[in-house]
Amino acid sequence: MTQSRLSRIGLAFAAPVLALFAAFVVTSLVLILAGDDWIGVWGQILSWPSNRSIVNILNAGTVYYLSAVAVAIGFRMNLFNIGVDGQYRIASFAAAWVAGEAWLPGYFNVVLAVLAGMFVGAMWAGIAGLLRVTRGVSEVISTIMLNAIATAVVAYLLRKVAVSEPGSNIISTKPVPESSRVPGIPMFGGEVYGFIVVAAIVGIGYWVLINRTRFGFDLRAAGSSESAAVSSGINVKKMILTTMLLSGAVAGLVGMPLLFGQDYAYGSTFQAGLGFTGIAVALLGRNHPAGIALGAILFAYLDEQSNPLQILLDVSPDIVKVTQGVIVLSVVIAYEVVRRYSVRLEQRQVAAALDAEVRPKEVAK
Amino acid sequence: MSTTSTPEYPTANQAEVVVRLRDIGKTFPGVIANHDVNIDVRKGTVHAIVGENGAGKSTLMKILYGVQKPDSGTIEIDGEQVSLSSPSDAIAHGVGMVFQHFMLADNLTVLENVVLGAEKMHGIGDKAKERIEELSAQYGLNIAPDVLVEELGVGARQRIEILKVLYRGARIIILDEPTAVLVPQEVDELFDNLRELKAEGLAVIFISHKLDEVLSVADEVTVIRRGATVTTIAGGSVSARELAELMVGSELPNPSTEVSTVTDREVLEVIDLSLPSTGGGRPLLDHISFRIRAGEILGIAGVEGNGQAELVEAIMGMRPEATGQVELNDKSIGDWSTRERRESGIGFIPEDRHRQGLLLDAPLWENRVLGHQTRKPNVRGPFIDRAGARADTERIVREYDVRTPSIDTLAGALSGGNQQKLIVGREMSSEPSVLIASHPTRGVDVGAQAAIWGHIKRARRDGLAVLLISADLDELIGLSDTIAVLLRGRLVGHFDPNDVTPQRLGSAMTGASEEESS
Repeated sequence: MTQSRLSRIGLAFAAPVLALFAAFVVTSLVLILAGDDWIGVWGQILSWPSNRSIVNILNAGTVYYLSAVAVAIGFRMNLFNIGVDGQYRIASFAAAWVAGEAWLPGYFNVVLAVLAGMFVGAMWAGIAGLLRVTRGVSEVISTIMLNAIATAVVAYLLRKVAVSEPGSNIISTKPVPESSRVPGIPMFGGEVYGFIVVAAIVGIGYWVLINRTRFGFDLRAAGSSESAAVSSGINVKKMILTTMLLSGAVAGLVGMPLLFGQDYAYGSTFQAGLGFTGIAVALLGRNHPAGIALGAILFAYLDEQSNPLQILLDVSPDIVKVTQGVIVLSVVIAYEVVRRYSVRLEQRQVAAALDAEVRPKEVAK
Repeated sequence: MSTTSTPEYPTANQAEVVVRLRDIGKTFPGVIANHDVNIDVRKGTVHAIVGENGAGKSTLMKILYGVQKPDSGTIEIDGEQVSLSSPSDAIAHGVGMVFQHFMLADNLTVLENVVLGAEKMHGIGDKAKERIEELSAQYGLNIAPDVLVEELGVGARQRIEILKVLYRGARIIILDEPTAVLVPQEVDELFDNLRELKAEGLAVIFISHKLDEVLSVADEVTVIRRGATVTTIAGGSVSARELAELMVGSELPNPSTEVSTVTDREVLEVIDLSLPSTGGGRPLLDHISFRIRAGEILGIAGVEGNGQAELVEAIMGMRPEATGQVELNDKSIGDWSTRERRESGIGFIPEDRHRQGLLLDAPLWENRVLGHQTRKPNVRGPFIDRAGARADTERIVREYDVRTPSIDTLAGALSGGNQQKLIVGREMSSEPSVLIASHPTRGVDVGAQAAIWGHIKRARRDGLAVLLISADLDELIGLSDTIAVLLRGRLVGHFDPNDVTPQRLGSAMTGASEEESS
């Protein structure tokens, strides 16, 4: 009984290990073909990071983690929320504006701004959910389009509320007051975003919600077979809408560590593209909160370790984008291969167990 | 019990053997493998292959049609050993197959359907048309080449499939469960066609598990059990019952219920239930009314596609556009959601257990929760009660004899019969007052079928009201207290199962007789 569970866990790790190996091989081939010092590149990437780098990895990982959880919530019920990118940017803008206005003192201001961000993220994702439920528009298409619209809306609104720094063409929202900034946690001689705690809570909450609650059961059932969900009494339309809202609300958190722990304002230089990294990390982490954490750290690690490649070896750090891309592609293939294998293994075990029971030694072979 | 050489039974004739299968073996995970399959099919005969669902008939035919390669053994066609690695190989050797599910494009004509993919043989114009007319006349298929397929009935569509195979030059024709989609009258017509084919010197391989039909048309019958050929006998030399016992290898189950347990307490009442069709036109359900009392089984007969699925979905609340009244224990539930209906005591065995009844990638205990995720013992407040659900799954596995290594096994790994027993156990465990059972024993083995019948009968004795939808007329006649026939969305007749024959039901199912009887 526990043996089948154990072998399932073993197989779960087989896929990412296979994918990492494939990525290693492909990246090496690219480097060799380009005539670069591939051993040197791996030497740098696989070296133990400095303390300063560890802090950077944890910080970037926190942001990736939130983004990936937002994506994973959708994935669990077969919804491809490609729009986390637009959702977190518009949400970060809204939160930055609220925080900059500072209607409430100190940390109350933080709470209000975070809630505003989650609300705006949820609403932006909700548009796609509503279109899907009422008009049957694929959320893949609508969320991609909403990303573009979010960019335009934020650019427009930013100009309305922005304060421009004298002598610079960078514009941004009013800075978050000193009293509402979230202090970092001292670690490895640096400071890790205080929001890493929030990310951990979100991860645990996600796990409990999906795996332990009735709502999570309905969500997973709807994701794995819509027709079975319908006949079991699940209102699939309601689930689609709720899931999109939830995914958008978590997407609304993605920019918060940056806003309250680093940039203290939303401006034209606010980091973009985190939503897409989230998709890759969610795929790699197989939508499991712990898997996503490992994936987020891995991606942040590759980013950070590749930074000095240009200076040290005259190799563009973009080479790790190849590595990351191959990891995602091969992990999707590897999961499918492992899934098929484990289904077959399971069927064989069932057949063997029942054969032994039903026909003791009828077939002489 | 399997034998490795062809047993010497009397055979119908000693004509030349066109297909010779020797020691065919094929292993599959989770499915009964073929092993030691030996069959000789003779020219100018109808050779039936019978066996239970899952005995390995379809796999064997896929091997002969080149869809799958055997792991061991040899195939000889016309005395020459061949290796078939694709259906086009098989066709090149004169082997053609008519599948159970037709592969025809409705919006094309017969001619276009026939030449599709075989354009090189006689072109797509007059020559092809001539050839089709010639074949149609030669084998008495009665097919006009210029008719649109959508205008044709099931029987005619099947004849087009046969014609397609003949057009491609097949001399050995495999028919996979050809009668499953036909009513008794159409079956007779099909058999007349088969006799024509055989008279023209073709060999027909006929797969079925309907034994009366097999005995009426087959010259030779090969019985397959657990993937191996048990024996080959001449068509006239056994009775259906003997054949069935060869198939099963033991005594047969019987669906008949005992004394009537019908009470006068109405449990489910449906009044004027209608469902408009999405594209306009004939409604899918047309003013359906019936009532089921506690301890009563109402059977619904009908050719598939006459509104059975829609009726079930409307009662389960999955069709919001349905109009009319549905009352459960005197409460109107017409505007309740599916979940509310299930919670109020409707158990549901859906028609398609893979698509509607189970989460195939989830373990058994999670499938125990499915459909009951708001009720004890599966939940505690907003949380899933894992311990409760697991314990109850263990109980279902034990009481309903679900053969599985553990409750953590994925549902998709179990055989159809065991999956269905799990579903029945799950639906019974919430002590429903009504059970909607859609094809409860379709595609399950005889053992599981008997067990499921047993559970339904026991629940009926305990006062359960059952709506039974089935394509198996024996099952309907055996289990039901009343049988109603559904034709084009309307209930067209009520029959007493004690004095109805499959023939009469068949007439009502096709609309051949509109007369009401009770």
